[in-house]
Amino acid sequence: MAVEGCSIGDWDGRWSHVQKFLERTGPFTHPDFEPSEETLQFLLETCKILVIGAGGLGCELLKNLALSGFRHIHVVDMDIIDVSNLNRQFLFRSKDVGRPKADVAAEFINQRVPGCNVVPHFKKIQDFDASFYRQFHIIVCGLDSIIARRWINGMLLSLLSYEDGVLDPSSIIPLIDGGTEGFKGNARVILLGMTACIDCTLELYPPQITFPMCTIASMPRLPEHCIEYVRVLQWFKDKPFGDAVGLDGDNPEHVQWVFQESLKRAAEFNITGITYRLTQGVVKRIIPAVASTNAVIAASCATEVFKIATSAYIPLNNYLVFNDVDGLYTYTFEAERKDNCTACSQVPQKLQFPPSAKLQEVLEYLTENASLQMKSPAITATLEGKNKTLYLQSIASIEERTRPNLCKTLKELGLADGQELAVADVTTPQTVLFKLNFTSETCSIKQVQH
Amino acid sequence: MTDHKTSKEQKYDRQLRLWGDHGQEALENAHVCLIKATATGTEILKNLVLPGIGAFTIVDGHKVSGEDNCVSITTLSKPKVTCMLNDVVLILQNRAQAATELLQELNSDVSGNFVEESPDKLLDNDPEFFHRFSLVIGVQLPESTCLRLGSVLWDAGVTFLVCRTYGLIGYMRLIVKEHTVIESHPDNALEDLRLDQPFTELKHHIESYDLDSMEKKDHSHTPWIIVVAKYLEKWYSEHNSQLPKNYKEKEAFRQLIREGILTNENGKPEDEENFEEAIKNVNTALNPTKVPSATEDIFNAEQCENITSQSPSFWVMAQGVRDFVRNEGNGKLPVRGTIPDMIADSDKFIKLQNVYRDKAMKDAAVVSKHVKALLQSVGKPPESISEQEIKLFCKNAAFLRVVRCRSLAEEYSMDTFNKDEITSCMDSTDSEKVLYLMLHSVDRFYQQHSRYPGVYNYQVEEDINNLKLCVNSLLQEYSLNVNVKDDYIHEFCRYGAAEPHTVAAFLGGSAAQEAIKIITHQFVPFNNTFLYNAMSQTSATFQL
Repeated sequence: MAVEGCSIGDWDGRWSHVQKFLERTGPFTHPDFEPSEETLQFLLETCKILVIGAGGLGCELLKNLALSGFRHIHVVDMDIIDVSNLNRQFLFRSKDVGRPKADVAAEFINQRVPGCNVVPHFKKIQDFDASFYRQFHIIVCGLDSIIARRWINGMLLSLLSYEDGVLDPSSIIPLIDGGTEGFKGNARVILLGMTACIDCTLELYPPQITFPMCTIASMPRLPEHCIEYVRVLQWFKDKPFGDAVGLDGDNPEHVQWVFQESLKRAAEFNITGITYRLTQGVVKRIIPAVASTNAVIAASCATEVFKIATSAYIPLNNYLVFNDVDGLYTYTFEAERKDNCTACSQVPQKLQFPPSAKLQEVLEYLTENASLQMKSPAITATLEGKNKTLYLQSIASIEERTRPNLCKTLKELGLADGQELAVADVTTPQTVLFKLNFTSETCSIKQVQH
Repeated sequence: MTDHKTSKEQKYDRQLRLWGDHGQEALENAHVCLIKATATGTEILKNLVLPGIGAFTIVDGHKVSGEDNCVSITTLSKPKVTCMLNDVVLILQNRAQAATELLQELNSDVSGNFVEESPDKLLDNDPEFFHRFSLVIGVQLPESTCLRLGSVLWDAGVTFLVCRTYGLIGYMRLIVKEHTVIESHPDNALEDLRLDQPFTELKHHIESYDLDSMEKKDHSHTPWIIVVAKYLEKWYSEHNSQLPKNYKEKEAFRQLIREGILTNENGKPEDEENFEEAIKNVNTALNPTKVPSATEDIFNAEQCENITSQSPSFWVMAQGVRDFVRNEGNGKLPVRGTIPDMIADSDKFIKLQNVYRDKAMKDAAVVSKHVKALLQSVGKPPESISEQEIKLFCKNAAFLRVVRCRSLAEEYSMDTFNKDEITSCMDSTDSEKVLYLMLHSVDRFYQQHSRYPGVYNYQVEEDINNLKLCVNSLLQEYSLNVNVKDDYIHEFCRYGAAEPHTVAAFLGGSAAQEAIKIITHQFVPFNNTFLYNAMSQTSATFQL
């Protein structure tokens, strides 16, 4: 006795929990919601979800989606499985260590949830272009990097289409983003072009902890300073494992060496507290993680995927913060769009400098400004009808060739007032266009874009 | 000397950084009982098995149903040989067994057991069955079973965590008579610098500095704590030895420090980051040193006053610290012994840090004397509380917490239910408290009709009226003059007692972490009722 309307292979009652939300009217449903048996069919047969990341959040997300009726899921992850993943990334077993996360996660779900089809991609998100992302109804992220978040944010922005300046809502792919750290987490719903995007709220992310170079080089006080000294300075001097061998935080021998050398340095300054665990934590920038926080945040995200896919309820608008250090605390608020967001506002970005400013100052502004926070921007401009690279860091030969430009003034480089500079960076898939405005010579204060 | 990590240390590395090896040990020595392996139950247990709980026992008399197998991770068990009948797969397995097998797979360090029995039967025949557990987690239990179990566990002193997923609503209730926490790990703790009342050794150390005679290099690398202390002395001489109290005085004090920044030949101020740090920290650095109220309450508690040979070590140490505060401490807790990082050369910083560290050790040694005397006075060997434990207690003296939850009987009884808490904020008719009342109402419905409202489509409309009667009788019985919107009554019928997976998963993470807090005695558990609304993605905690 198969349940009417369900695919073959679905046993009696399999989707009854879900059906109650799809086939019954209710007082809190979305205004667009209409009870129907077709919505379940949509979930089971048509709806396509992309899960980015198959780690702590990703494993939970895949399970949540598969057990909520989603059957067409793609998962992207560029990592392989490590032993330290096994305390929370439960789709993996110790025999899977070394294999790609995306592959193992997909295998697990496909083998054990009848009818579910997860397609794995052992790749970086940057390996795909717009045509790949365009095929999904909803994209949900469990990433561990702000840069990656900004990239996907930019990619989905590039898919938006406008007609006569009006945004076509059908070009929006809802982006659900989750993040966790220890006992803290957040989940947000982003409708690009309509709600706050990742870049609108860059300042919400706590700054990464870095130590000043003079502290590391000559004035250590904490055990962490000693470890950083060995990692950043001594490794390159001593080359303990060979000339071109970089420090690999996953290599126990490397970490052991850093640990021993850190102990020596600490002893010089009477600093106590260096342990192997601390050493590895500093070298790999380890963020503590547990299963429970990932479970909570992934659950919130999956609930939102369900709401948006089915219009069953009004989605989260638009940011949830969670913390269970002391009791359980949640805070839900509407993050606001930034009027001049560099990613989503379409407001032309300005660079205001006097003509005597050096290119180095422009570079520093692009990396240090709180709203931009670029990592290694490449700057090009059209000069004398030709596209000229002013500075590019990521390719050694070009970096060497263009390095002298950093000390030249904007005037010396031939740039004019009102000129457009094109800036490329890992934080965005699209080049950002800036308009260069010359300020008067006496005005040496750089305008901060709010 | 290699620091070789065991594979367990590697596996648990990310969580050891949160609760340490001693927390992990407590986890591995715990035995948790889960009653009912529904979606919610298995999610909770999954989040305890993955971090390495010692053992679990599932109590469940049900067979796996087709409905369960949609939402529960039990469905993720390795495919078994099952009975096929006309394209329909019949699942003949006991739910407890199925769940146990899947969960065991997740972590071979954990030992899992199951008992194919309903909790009510166990309560009838062998209530002491539950005494062996560190914690009992009851999931999707009818009210009567909950109350029975609550009473047994309360008398036995076993912590009870009640969890429930009902449609898009999650509910948790913690029942524990007294739960003490030494390591609460507060997010934003104030430093213990004693600048308002420097201890002798700190005073001497400050005196060893003469800012006015320093070369620029030393001047710029003097710790801000010393800078503030020196300028405080100046301030005292001009203000009758009174601390800067209000905003105006603190501003003036900041200005006084700013004037101390060295200037170059042109009279322009040098770049002295340590002075900038001093100025920035004036606000918090001059807070009067005092015992926090939570710690005061602990000192004044009956368990602290009356130490017996049965007293847990928490209370013995509490009295030891209390005695310190009242005597050698001169009204202050033992010095914590840590200082934040600050701009300074290594030598100055380490020396200053050692002043605080040494004082902390001295104070802890005095506390230790008190503790040992106390132990001896109640006939216990002085070594029964280790130096390490005492040091940890002293270091966390400002962060101690005690959580006491009322029993379920107290929550439900007409005489003692918390009317104020329930009716407050009910003016905002969309408060989470409505959800609490609705859950009680569906329990009433269950008692009357032996089922929950709206399970089948044809029942929904009729059940709305029946449920409304239950709501009204509840409000009347408890004399609650509040308004429950009809929308919620409709919504709870719509739910049909569904247990959607994502809500079960949210609760699974939340409950598991509270369980870990109970077992490790680290971080602070909620007190005592938690409600989650997946529609609005909001939550609230009440003390009922």
